[in-house]
Amino acid sequence: MIPAAFDYLRPLTTDEAFAHLQQHGAEARVLAGGQSLIPAMRFRLARPAVLVDINALNDLNYLRVADQALAIGAIARDSDVERAPWIGERRWSLIHDASRVVADPVVRQMGTVVGSLCHNDPSGDWTTVALASRASLVVRGKDGTRRVPIDAFLVDSFTTAIADGEMALGAEFPVPDDRTAGSYQKVERKVGDYATAAAAVQVSLNADGTIRSAGVALSAAGACAVRVDAAEKALTGQKPSADLIRAASDAAWKRSAPQADARGSIEFKKHLAGVLVARGLRQAFSRLGVQA
Amino acid sequence: MKVRVTVNGVAYERDVEPRTLLAYFLREECRLTGTHVGCDTSSCGCCVVVLDGTRAVKSCTMFAAQADGHEILTVEGLAEGGKLHALQQGFWDQHGLQCGFCTPGMLLASYALLKHQPNPSEADIREGLAGNLCRCTGYQNIVKAVQQAAATLGQPAGTT
Repeated sequence: MIPAAFDYLRPLTTDEAFAHLQQHGAEARVLAGGQSLIPAMRFRLARPAVLVDINALNDLNYLRVADQALAIGAIARDSDVERAPWIGERRWSLIHDASRVVADPVVRQMGTVVGSLCHNDPSGDWTTVALASRASLVVRGKDGTRRVPIDAFLVDSFTTAIADGEMALGAEFPVPDDRTAGSYQKVERKVGDYATAAAAVQVSLNADGTIRSAGVALSAAGACAVRVDAAEKALTGQKPSADLIRAASDAAWKRSAPQADARGSIEFKKHLAGVLVARGLRQAFSRLGVQA
Repeated sequence: MKVRVTVNGVAYERDVEPRTLLAYFLREECRLTGTHVGCDTSSCGCCVVVLDGTRAVKSCTMFAAQADGHEILTVEGLAEGGKLHALQQGFWDQHGLQCGFCTPGMLLASYALLKHQPNPSEADIREGLAGNLCRCTGYQNIVKAVQQAAATLGQPAGTT
């Protein structure tokens, strides 16, 4: 299981990396953490002629909370998120939960959030979290740098809005207000396996206890991570309650369109989608001090 | 392409194909066969080495080219002056191995774990080693070994 031969380029600046990608177009792939790409190359599922290693681009190695957004650079590792000093704040509970269950703890020391978003595996964790958090990607193209909302970014399995020759510089997760909590619920056969099913939820409350906004998304439930619009609509404006959780859970069950495989049947995975959304909402409300 | 790495304090320079994986570079180019290749697909953790002193990486899922200019620690570099590292002593004392195949990866993953969490709970150790598989021990003695090492390393020098 040796990858096909390729040319290896290690640019020292983002400009240089971008120039390489522009020159090689569809022949080139960006190498960040490599924890999905390298196995894919070893199985010869991917055969890029050119690898552009961006690990020396120190200006993309950042993880910072600013006024508007948590900004994650293209080579910030999953373990950087897991160990961030502010990650224990309630408002980041969705991202905190996810950061502890992506792959395994050694893989997380290499793997990157942005690389996972760009890989867009149907069973990915960060894509699902990004949907529930309403994140966006910062993409550099020929005409400059643009922000792509996650819904538009996730096009199809292993396919994103990044065109040949373009590169993702980072991701931005909006900073939630104080009365926000989330939860990431994942069922996997063993540590490091892809999710059998997973759900990301995030809710913000108004001062009167009603739900101001809600994000609900599923992994392993379609061609790529899916937003459960019906659940988000059902939750918004309402007070947390058992009936409300049941409605959101039913919406998730309906929206889930998984594939049967060794991890389970379609019926089982759809059932899990509903159960995990309910568990996630209960935990998020509980983190906000609300029993529902 | 030329790859220059420092492994266990020794500089190596080798001319290899870009597709050479770090695990094979260490084993076949540096002749350091303590780093084992188990599953070869980043699932088992037998090939874990430490990059730049703090980061545990699966060397079957990293190209040697990526390590160019960096420092690698392998199991051969743990003991100093013929004295076992506290982790190795812990595995010895607590019978943290049987066949020994997973042990180099366990040691190096534990090494990085203790760098980040010098005083881990049992749960921290079990979670921290979740990317390393052992088919012999049932993990209990591995956890004890890491606990012993954490206690040893946590004591001021000269008190042991």
